[in-house]
Amino acid sequence: MKKSEEQVQKDLLRPLFESSAGYWFAVAAAASLVLAGVFALLYGFYSGIGVWGLNSPVFWAFDITNFVFWIGISHAGTLISAILRLANATWRRPVTRCAEAITVFALSIGAIIPVFHIGRPWLAFWMFPYPSERGIWPNLRSPLAWDFFAINTYLIGSISFLFLPMIPDFALIRDRATGWRQKVYGTLSLGWQGTPRQWHRLETAMHIMAIAIIPVAVSVHTIVSWDFAMTPVPMWRSTIFGPYFVCGAIFSGIAALILAMALLRKFLRLEEYLQPLHFSNLGKLLLTFSLLWFYFTFAERLTTWYGNGESEMTVFWSTVRGQFAPLFWAMVTFNFLIPVPILAIKRLRTITGTVIASIFIVVGMWLERFLIIVPSLSRKYLPYAWGSYRPTWVEMTLMASGFGLMALLYLVFSKVVPMIAIWELKVGMQEPHHAGASEAVAAHAAPGKPAIGDLSS
Amino acid sequence: MYPAHEPGKRTDSLNMPHHWAMVVDVDRCTGCEACVVACHAENNIPTVGDDQAARGRAMHWIRVERYWEGEFPDAKLRFQPVMCQQCESAPCEPVCPTYASYHTADGLNAQVYNRCIGTRFCANACPYNVRFFNFFNPVWAKPLHLQLNPDVSVRSVGIMEKCTFCVQRIHAGEETAKAEKRELKDGEIKPACVQSCSPMALVFGDLDDPNSEVSRLSKSGRSVKLLGDLGTQPNASYLQKT
Repeated sequence: MKKSEEQVQKDLLRPLFESSAGYWFAVAAAASLVLAGVFALLYGFYSGIGVWGLNSPVFWAFDITNFVFWIGISHAGTLISAILRLANATWRRPVTRCAEAITVFALSIGAIIPVFHIGRPWLAFWMFPYPSERGIWPNLRSPLAWDFFAINTYLIGSISFLFLPMIPDFALIRDRATGWRQKVYGTLSLGWQGTPRQWHRLETAMHIMAIAIIPVAVSVHTIVSWDFAMTPVPMWRSTIFGPYFVCGAIFSGIAALILAMALLRKFLRLEEYLQPLHFSNLGKLLLTFSLLWFYFTFAERLTTWYGNGESEMTVFWSTVRGQFAPLFWAMVTFNFLIPVPILAIKRLRTITGTVIASIFIVVGMWLERFLIIVPSLSRKYLPYAWGSYRPTWVEMTLMASGFGLMALLYLVFSKVVPMIAIWELKVGMQEPHHAGASEAVAAHAAPGKPAIGDLSS
Repeated sequence: MYPAHEPGKRTDSLNMPHHWAMVVDVDRCTGCEACVVACHAENNIPTVGDDQAARGRAMHWIRVERYWEGEFPDAKLRFQPVMCQQCESAPCEPVCPTYASYHTADGLNAQVYNRCIGTRFCANACPYNVRFFNFFNPVWAKPLHLQLNPDVSVRSVGIMEKCTFCVQRIHAGEETAKAEKRELKDGEIKPACVQSCSPMALVFGDLDDPNSEVSRLSKSGRSVKLLGDLGTQPNASYLQKT
């Protein structure tokens, strides 16, 4: 089944101009979750975060679990897209944009959480380094200050990385749209005319960004891990945390990417663009990271066990066979025992198979973050001061609203921007030697200007 | 933006050299908890009520930990008062992004309430669990609001607080001595817990004064540091049979 460039363009631009009833239903559902979250936040704002389940000594729990979870999810997009671009993997073309969008949205959600989790959110701007009447800068020895700079760097970088390849597509829409759309997309396309000079600059800029964003992405989750590893808390004080967190972040990120792609495929009718091959390839990557994740977890646990430190072992046993054991073994099952056979056996590495594995992994990786934070805090040295933790409805609502916000941002994005980079597909179509995944759309060598069709037809 | 800090040379805000420290004799402690009550009264620490206390939000800048040793009938009950250890290498200090938690020149871990934005990172980093968070705005049932100590600020919702070694009493003592143009006498400054300790299990004083009682006791063979192997270098010492 071969498609012309014109047909591809039509298919991918269709969601921008047509909305089904199902779309509006999804928007309403996501928006109501977000509204519930706003209500929960305001409630905490008004009363104090005592309406959460936090206590002494568990001063961080759902809040920071969700923070690490969303920052982790953000690691799939930009990182994978950058690596695949640099490796010139042609099958990446339909995948990169929805991956990069995940990064920007998940990172934004992750970055909001610390602002509202602090005791006095109205003073969060004190994290900014600005000369103030207080006469002090942020404390650059604090991992939280590193976090602030790392996350903001990554956010700005990811937004640029997402935006750059959208410029030619914005120009495409500008040339086809009328009224306000023409104005908005005209501004967004930054005067794109498609001259060779402009193409050259775009390629150069994207190449630079792809190289620059990889160390940034690695540093971000390393620094998130150092929020824990820089303290003398049992099982936090660990040298393995940096790479362990980066691995876990990419792991959960790929799973989220697979889920997002499956939803887009179904709801935007992109079956011919996001093919089983894409899911299978990402499934192989997911398999690699599942094995890597298990390796890190095993290495962390085994060295702790052999080290046999009293405080470490207290936390160790509380997770392996104590209060947190059901969650711990669920995590191992969800992240390793279930996904590995599904992803390793070719017959099972289908779209359905990878989606099932990804659902388990997203849940399992959320549990991983919870199990890093809460057991250590509740079993910290002096037994008299031990504690436990139970979330309240406010935290549950906030957590659900995080997913709602992700869905809402994605839904809105899919109305504004084609979820697959049209021009990149066209480039793929003009390079029959690099057929790769775009077999169904490839082998249509029609050089020159793309045909201009009337979209409304 | 800070005055240069020379390690080893300690001077307080009045340019007097001091190194404040406390010694806790656990063999003397009877577990009466008078120190806890005195601390609450002196430092305007709110009582959170039974419901909040059951949720683990009780605030006691000093607490008396109880541990049983041995099995019945040979069980022995031991008391261990725990307050902020005023560590020299305090894990709570570097992690604070706004310098709310910082080290004073005279060896105290200060908590600057106005700088605190409530990240709670310090409380997680503290191995002793002696930092307390205001989950709600504090309330004092009438007429308790009339007994608030005017020398100590009342903390609002969203900020962290902890034992200060009764810094208001330290400053008052130093200012009195300076006004009378004399040196501080050993034992002249007594934090509320020390003042109220009838078995005299708590001793406070200046480690820079080699003849002070804390100097003498902290050199005792019975002296140990709580969780000393973590490298926090506490200024509080515990005396117990070893």
